[in-house]
Amino acid sequence: MIGTPGVRILHVLLQVVSTLALSPLVPGLINKVKAVLAGRTGPPVLQLYYDLAKLSRKRALFSRTTTPIFLAGPVAAVAAVLTAALLVPFGHFPAPVHFQGDAVLFVYLFGLARFLTILAALDTGSSFEGMGSAREATFSALAEPALFLGFAALAKASGSVSLSDMLASPGFGLSRAMAPFILVLVSWAIVFLAENARLPVDDPNTHLELTMIHEAMVLDHSGRPLALVLYGASLKLQVLGALILGPLLPRTRHPWLDWGAYFLGLALLAAGVGVVESVTSRLRMTRVPQFLVASVLASAFAFLILLV
Amino acid sequence: MILYWTALGLSALSGIPGLFLPRKGGVASAVLLCLAAVAGLAASARVLCFGLAWSQALPATPLGPAGSLAFDAVAAFFLIPVVALSACGALYGVRYWEDHHENARRLRLLLGILAAFTGLLTAASHMVTFLVAWEGMAIAAFFLVTTEDREPEARQAGWLYLVTTHLGTLCLFGAFALTVPATGGLGFGALPGGFVASGRGTAAFVLYLVSFGLKAGALPLHYWLPPAHAAAPSHVSSYLSGVLIKTGILGMVRLLSWVPDPPLWWGGAWVALGALSGILGVALALGQHDLKRLLAYHSIENIGIILLGLGLGTLGKSTGHPAIMVLGYAGAMLHVLNHGLFKGLLFLAAGSAVHATGTRNLERMGGLAHRMPWTSGGFLAGAWAICGLPPLNGFVSELFIYLAAFHALPLSRSPWPAVSLASLALIGALALACFAKAYGIAFLGMPRSPGADQAREAPRAMLAPMGILALACLAIGLAPALAAPALDRVVAGMTGSQALPRLGTLVNLPALSILAALLLALGALLWRWAGRSRSERDVPTWDCGFEGGTPRMQYTASSFADGLVTGMHWALWPKVHWRRLTTLFPFPTRFASHLPDPVLDRAGIPLAGLASRWLERLRFFQGGHLPVYLLYVMLTLILLLLWTAA
Repeated sequence: MIGTPGVRILHVLLQVVSTLALSPLVPGLINKVKAVLAGRTGPPVLQLYYDLAKLSRKRALFSRTTTPIFLAGPVAAVAAVLTAALLVPFGHFPAPVHFQGDAVLFVYLFGLARFLTILAALDTGSSFEGMGSAREATFSALAEPALFLGFAALAKASGSVSLSDMLASPGFGLSRAMAPFILVLVSWAIVFLAENARLPVDDPNTHLELTMIHEAMVLDHSGRPLALVLYGASLKLQVLGALILGPLLPRTRHPWLDWGAYFLGLALLAAGVGVVESVTSRLRMTRVPQFLVASVLASAFAFLILLV
Repeated sequence: MILYWTALGLSALSGIPGLFLPRKGGVASAVLLCLAAVAGLAASARVLCFGLAWSQALPATPLGPAGSLAFDAVAAFFLIPVVALSACGALYGVRYWEDHHENARRLRLLLGILAAFTGLLTAASHMVTFLVAWEGMAIAAFFLVTTEDREPEARQAGWLYLVTTHLGTLCLFGAFALTVPATGGLGFGALPGGFVASGRGTAAFVLYLVSFGLKAGALPLHYWLPPAHAAAPSHVSSYLSGVLIKTGILGMVRLLSWVPDPPLWWGGAWVALGALSGILGVALALGQHDLKRLLAYHSIENIGIILLGLGLGTLGKSTGHPAIMVLGYAGAMLHVLNHGLFKGLLFLAAGSAVHATGTRNLERMGGLAHRMPWTSGGFLAGAWAICGLPPLNGFVSELFIYLAAFHALPLSRSPWPAVSLASLALIGALALACFAKAYGIAFLGMPRSPGADQAREAPRAMLAPMGILALACLAIGLAPALAAPALDRVVAGMTGSQALPRLGTLVNLPALSILAALLLALGALLWRWAGRSRSERDVPTWDCGFEGGTPRMQYTASSFADGLVTGMHWALWPKVHWRRLTTLFPFPTRFASHLPDPVLDRAGIPLAGLASRWLERLRFFQGGHLPVYLLYVMLTLILLLLWTAA
């Protein structure tokens, strides 16, 4: 499956390039689907690329309240997620870096990005950003156990703690592990929506500060730091998307076809998010923890079923 | 052997010159403790790098039986935080405590004595030696907690600590008494097989767990810890939290090394205790607004993580899975060291902030990162490490424990691995929230009080120890492979078995180093790109167009934690003082919330009050007349005579 070193290098390159270059396409696709479903033309699919190019030429404003932490937030949001992208297999080819326990590192790298984003928000001294960061910290405290219990179920089924093995077998071979598999996917889909600040947890389009989580935390960024924030969010969509797609995608006969399946899967996932966002409304803030607890329970049940 | 005794001797004597040198006493004690640290680290390195362990019988004294010392890998490993934190603390204390002349001599003298007794305890391999070191340590710590004996708070915390630690010693006496018939002597050694499964063995286990749990501050035996850590001077808190509570873990590690066949429920008991301490410890920390109390509750959380590692390792030992055992024990031991480093760092940084602002209340700090950039950097490094975030050291030890839990998942139908996984994940996320709150509210934003506005950076003598500890955290995080051989020796020493898989074969440590370096390189690259852009730096915070936000409008520590604390109110019972607005025409109202300790404030104090009211009736026997007391003595004698005759 691994093939010769040359092929392996080619796969690694493909993964790195698709991480770096492709991720801004995902939010574009989501917005396009939402626009079409609402009967609008919507922004072009490549809009985020234009935004990034524009922002990187713009002047950045730094409030006099802020310290270097304010810049560390956006930087970590990209650096940590890029590092995490090396650990997750895109499709069924093993990730560029894989070892026993990389799943833990994967989650903690997202933790690092979150920690510094929260601090950057508190650095401004703005009450809105404090509100957003408090919500982010609260909700992620529930999302993390859900992710880990899902890993526990997959580790139990696959006998490995490496993402490249855990996510490689589609549907756990569709045997008696079918039910836990579906539960883990449901749980992770909720985590995916919550972590990426999507409906019904958070609305990426509103700029009504009282209802926002992620957007409220990055209100004060501008110029290149804002470009990093936007790029980091799109990276997160793609990397966490790869996590869900791993066990879901069918395994084809040829590794190159697997890549095709992955890109198609990513486009379908983006379309799915667009549909979800078009048909649901945002939950009341007090309901969000219940939604996330449902995801914890789903993966806990998945593990319990595998235990018997 | 010489190095070890040199370290102990220099520590014990470090405060003596200070008794006669009122001005330079701090410097003298710092120099002596630094020399002690060099000797102690060399002694540890001899054992951990070259395996040159030694043991020694102590000469018999006229007062008691001879003891013995065994400076093995476990002792050498525990000695590292002892000497490192006492030296850092003394160095820090030179400037930190200079304006408190009245108690400075006592503080210096007892810090050295405490370090010497802790050092003795690490190597004690005899019950009498162990108890002597244990008691000496407890009493020295009592005097250190009550350093500021003019404050009623410090006196109360000290008495609570003294009573608690003697309760623990009492349990330890009982446990030793139950163990002696099985081993046939006072020396530490392997217990005979089958002993731990007997009723006597179970009773001894419970007593050991209570005694060591009290010292370690495992929930619900933690009640003495937050007041004591908050009341002590910061460099003493750093030692108490970084080292002293770990002696409870040392006791548990010694206990585990005597038992060849731990029953399955032992591991479960440790995991349960660890999950409880970890989750509730961090949840209680979230609700604290006193910076030092918050850090103290985090010590309980980290003790929980260590207990999870010990429990998983024990599960591996009793089911015969060496990989689980190695990962669990190595994770627990590395976390002991790591917690010593980053919690020491956090207490020192918190001490500087408290010193500069004159308050321990988070809500009255704010904006310190501008005024104290180095202290702020130290606290950030400590917070980064304690949340277990890569690339610092906390991540490495937590990864070992996670891996132990993952490896233990296939154990047939045992719920404990999954419990450990879920609780580790929850602890990690809550710790992140809590330290985002502590650092963000205290150091970022705008100053929330005049004291915070006028804060000045700490002097270099206080910053240097923080720098050393932060660098140590980074070194372990970047190159964990360097610590692996030492950990292998420690685990072999703990289990008495040499044929264990090496840590390096179970965890891909080079990959961790490479990814950590990659992360740092990416960060530096992006930092350069984003920081070099054209920018304008003297603008107000936008705040949605609401220019001119005031410090009072910032998010506070209580509002930051409110969601999580109310979410866990079933376990925490927060107290809220608030006159709810009910009429159409609002009246002035205030809101205040605080989080009492569930064991001490909710159960301990009411129960103690109840008991003292009931026991009041026994005052009848205490009449104050000597003849009556003599009568009691005689009656007792007669009763005893009758009992022995019968």
